[in-house]
Amino acid sequence: MSRKPLVREVPPTTWYFRHPRYLRYMSREVTSIFVGAYCVLLVVGLQSLSSGEAAWEDFLMALRSPASIAFQFLALIATVYHAATWFNATQKAMPLQIGEDFVAGNIISGAHYVAWAVLSVGVLIIAGVF
Amino acid sequence: MSNSLPRSQPPLAAPNGGAVASLGRPGGNNERLVQLEVLRYNPDTDTEAHFQHYEVMCQEEWVVLDALNKIKADIDPTLNYRWSCHMAVCGSCGMMINGEPKLSCHAFLRSYEGVIRVEPLTHFPVERDLVTAPDDFMEKLKRVKPYLIPKETKAVSEGEYKQTPAQLMKFRQYSMCINCMLCYAACPEYGLTPSFIGPAALTLAHRYNIDSRDGGRKERQEVVATHEGVWECTFVGACSEVCPAHVDPASALQQMKITSSIDWIVEHLIPGGKS
Amino acid sequence: METISIDVVIIGAGGAGLRAAIALAETAPQLRIALISKVYPMRSHTCAAEGGAAGVIKPDDSFDMHFDDTVGGGDWLSDQDCVEYFIHEAPKELLQLEHWGCPWNREADGSVAVRPFGGMKKKRTWFAADKSGFHILHTLFQTSLQFPSITRFDEYYALDLLVDDGRCQGVTAMEMRSGQLRQFHAKAVIIAGGGAGRMFPFSTNGAIKTGDGMAMAYRAGAPLKDMEFVQYHPTGLPNTGSLLTEACRGEGGILVNKNGRRYLQDYGMGPETPVGQPQLKTMELGPRDRVSQAYWHELQKGNTVTTQWGECVMLDMRHLGEKKINERLPLVRELAEAYLGVDIVKEAVPIRPVVHYMMGGISTNTAAATPLPGLFAAGECACVSLNGANRLGSNSLVELLVFGRRAALSAIEHIESLPAANTAALNARAEDTQSRIRELFSRSDSTESMSGLRKEMMDTMEKNVGIYRTEEGLQEGVNKIHELRERYRRVILTDKTTVFNTDLFQVLELGSMLDCAEAVTVGALARKESRGAHQRLDYVERDDKNYLRHTMVRYQGMDSPCVDYLDVVITKSPPGVRDYSGDHK
Repeated sequence: MSRKPLVREVPPTTWYFRHPRYLRYMSREVTSIFVGAYCVLLVVGLQSLSSGEAAWEDFLMALRSPASIAFQFLALIATVYHAATWFNATQKAMPLQIGEDFVAGNIISGAHYVAWAVLSVGVLIIAGVF
Repeated sequence: MSNSLPRSQPPLAAPNGGAVASLGRPGGNNERLVQLEVLRYNPDTDTEAHFQHYEVMCQEEWVVLDALNKIKADIDPTLNYRWSCHMAVCGSCGMMINGEPKLSCHAFLRSYEGVIRVEPLTHFPVERDLVTAPDDFMEKLKRVKPYLIPKETKAVSEGEYKQTPAQLMKFRQYSMCINCMLCYAACPEYGLTPSFIGPAALTLAHRYNIDSRDGGRKERQEVVATHEGVWECTFVGACSEVCPAHVDPASALQQMKITSSIDWIVEHLIPGGKS
Repeated sequence: METISIDVVIIGAGGAGLRAAIALAETAPQLRIALISKVYPMRSHTCAAEGGAAGVIKPDDSFDMHFDDTVGGGDWLSDQDCVEYFIHEAPKELLQLEHWGCPWNREADGSVAVRPFGGMKKKRTWFAADKSGFHILHTLFQTSLQFPSITRFDEYYALDLLVDDGRCQGVTAMEMRSGQLRQFHAKAVIIAGGGAGRMFPFSTNGAIKTGDGMAMAYRAGAPLKDMEFVQYHPTGLPNTGSLLTEACRGEGGILVNKNGRRYLQDYGMGPETPVGQPQLKTMELGPRDRVSQAYWHELQKGNTVTTQWGECVMLDMRHLGEKKINERLPLVRELAEAYLGVDIVKEAVPIRPVVHYMMGGISTNTAAATPLPGLFAAGECACVSLNGANRLGSNSLVELLVFGRRAALSAIEHIESLPAANTAALNARAEDTQSRIRELFSRSDSTESMSGLRKEMMDTMEKNVGIYRTEEGLQEGVNKIHELRERYRRVILTDKTTVFNTDLFQVLELGSMLDCAEAVTVGALARKESRGAHQRLDYVERDDKNYLRHTMVRYQGMDSPCVDYLDVVITKSPPGVRDYSGDHK
C-alpha cells in the first residue's frame, strides 16, 4: 500500500458558515452592496435634477416614501459599518514608525475617525445645516 | 514524531541515584479527565476519515499536545501527528482544535471545556491522521525568493552591512514567521483559490523587500504583484488572528498592495515613469 | 529499492546541515547534493536556541580571550588546534550570516550588537533578541532555496550508512510519507543529525533529538567521543523543561535560593556582584556546569524552593524592567507566562537544571572528518572537541556554522580522487537494512512495548547519569542500558501501516537513543575523575595524569562497547585552574 492523500473540498457557497470570523468578513463585504446602491441613487438624483424641476420634485417625493426611508436607514448603518471596518484596517495598511517604535494602531485608526468627523461637519456646514 | 512522554515529568530525582527529591505535588491534585475527538485517516485501510474518541487523564496545566502524547504512549500507538519543540517555535504541530488553527503545544487544556475536537490543518491534503502534506506551501515559499538579494554587493571581509535599530525594527516582526501554516488553514481565500501564494510566503517576501540591505523587490514583484499574489487577498484578516508568532501577515499584504499600486501608477499614469 | 546516485549526501537539515549544503553549492556548484532530513528544515532544533552566537568582533575583545574562555570553560578537554581554528572562523561565519540577512540586533551606529554570556570574559555574543537560533536556521534555510544543486529530501528517515571498501559511500533512508526505502549512493556523507537529549526525561530538547546520526555513525564503525559529558542548562522551566536562555542572566537576571541568597557566591563564583550590574565570567555569568552543580548542592542543603513542579531555585529578572525584557527577552517572557503563568516583569520565575546539550558525539578532527573515510560530521552530533568537558553558551551556534562549512570543504577534497563504487556491494548493504525493517514489521509474540522501554531508559539515565554520578549508580546504569538493548531486539511494532508510521519511527529512534545511552554510561563509568559536566562523587578531583584524554567508545554489536582513549591536543594552554571569581582574586 502507499500514499493516498485525502483532499477535503472547501464548500464553495457555504464556507463562510464555518467560522464566526468568516461571517464577520462576509457581513463587511455585503455592506458594500448598500454603498454601491446608494451611489446609484445619487446618480439617479443628479439625472432627475438635470431633467427639470418636475422630475427633481418627483425624485424628492420618492425619497420620502417609507420604503426609501427604510432603505436609506439600512444604507446608513451599512456605510458606517463599512467605513468603520476600513478605518480599523488602516493601522495594518499604513503603519507609522517613529524611530524604533511604531505608533500605536488605535492612534492611526483614531486619526481617521477624527478626520471623518471633521469632514462630515464641514459638509454639513456647506449644506447649511448649522 | 518521536518519544512522546509529556514533558511535565515527575521532578528530578537526586542525581546521585539516591532518593527522589521532596515534591510539592506528587500528582493527582490537579488532574483532569480530558476527552478528545481526533480525526483519523489511514490510507492503507480507509476511504474516508472518521473521528475517534479518547479519554485520557491529564494535568490541568498541560497543552493538547501533551494529551496526544499520552494517548500515543499509553493508549494508541497508531495515532500520528508531528511535533518537536513544545515551545511554539518549530511550527510542527499545527492542527485544528475545535475548528481553530492552533499549535497544539500552545493550546492549553484549561481553555477548553467538554470534548476537544482535533483535526488536521484544513486546506491541506491529509497524509494520515493529523499529518498533512505541506508541499504546496513549500513550493510557494521558494517562488517568492525569501532571501536577501543585496542592494550592493560587499565582501564578508569588509564587515557587516550597517543597519540601524530603527531599520531592523521596520521588518523584524515579519521575520518572525515560523512557517507553521496556521494562516493558510485560516485563510478562506487559499481554500477557495489554491493558486493563491498565501499569507506566510508573501509576508516573507515583504520582510525582505523592506530590509534596508535588500534590493530584490523588483524581482519578487513578478510573483507578488499578481492575481495569485497580493491581489488574491481580500483582507479577511484571519491570518493575523491565528498567527502564533504575532507576525500580522494581513498588514504585510495590505502594505504590499499599496506599494504595488504606486508602482502601477508610476508606470502607467506618470509620463516617462518606470517603476 | 530505488537508488539515487548523487555526489554528497547530508543527513540532517538543521543549522550544520544547511550550512554544509550552502558551502557545497557555493564552492562546487557542479556537485549534486542530497539534503536528507526526518523533518522539514525549519523544524530542526536549531530553531529553539535562544541566546546567541559568539564571535570576536568588538575592539576590546581578542581571539586569545575567546580561546582562553573556551579552553578553560571546557576544563581543558578541548583540542586547542580546533579551538584556534574555530575562534578565527567564528566572526567570518557570523558576518556571512549577516550578509545573508540574519536580523542581528544592532548598536545605534548600525554595527552588530553583542551581549554578555556565561563563562565569557568579554561581550561577544551576537544575538537576534532571544530567538537567535530561530533566525539563524531560517536565514540558512531561506538562503539555501536559491541553489539549484541542493535537492531536499524532507521527511526522509535515514537508517544505515552504506560502508564498503573501508569508506562510507551512502545511506539508506525511508520516505516517511510512503514508507518506501531508498538508497543514496554518494561519494561523501556528512552527518548533521543533532544531539540525543531525549534519552533523558527532562530536557530542553525537542522530540526529534534522538541521536539518530550519532547512532548511525557508531553502528557503522565510527567511534563516539566524550559521550559522558552531558550539559545541564541551569535555567529550564520546571514543568515543560523549556529553555530560559542564559541571556536572562547575561542581561542581569539573578539566581536566588529560598532564603533570597544569591547562592552562586558559595560555590566559587563569588563574591556577590551588584544586582542589575552583571559582571562577566562570575556569579550568574559563571559556566553552565558550575551553575547547575550549585543547584544540586543547594538541593542537598535544603535551600531550594518547593513548588508544585518540584524543587526549584528562583531566577529574578524584575529589576531589568519591562522595556528591556520586551526588547531583549520577549520569548522568555512569553514562555514563562504561557507555560508557568509567571510574568517575569512582576515575579521571579522558578527554574531548575535541565538536560540541554551533548558535548560528546561522533569523533571528528578539525577538518570535520571522522575516522571512517568518506564520513564527515558537524554540529551537536559531532565531537570535534571544541567544547571539551563543558560547552560555553553561544559557542554551539557558531560551531555548527564553522564546522558545517568545514565538513563541506573536506567532503569536496575527499571526492577528488576516488575509485569507482562497487554498486553490488552497496546494494547488498541496503538489502540488509530492508531485511531489518521487514523483520521488525513481521515480529510478533512479544510484550516489549516501545513506550515501556523508553520510559525505563529515561528513568535510568536520570537516576544514574545526572549532574553528580557514582560508581555504583553508573554500574547500575550500564547494566540496565545493556538489558534494555537486549530487550529492544524484541520490541513490538503496533502499527503496521506504511504511510507516515510514527510508531515505526519512534521504535527506530529508541534504538538510536539506546545506542547513545550505552556510550554515555560506559564512558562515564570509565572516567574516574570529575571534569566539567562529568562530576563523580567518588572521584571529586580532576585527574590530568590519567584522564586528560578523550573517551572513545566503539560499537561491538550486542557486546559491551570497547573503550579506549585519545590524547587531548594542547598547543599553548596547559591545564590550569578554572577561575570564576571575577576581578576579586
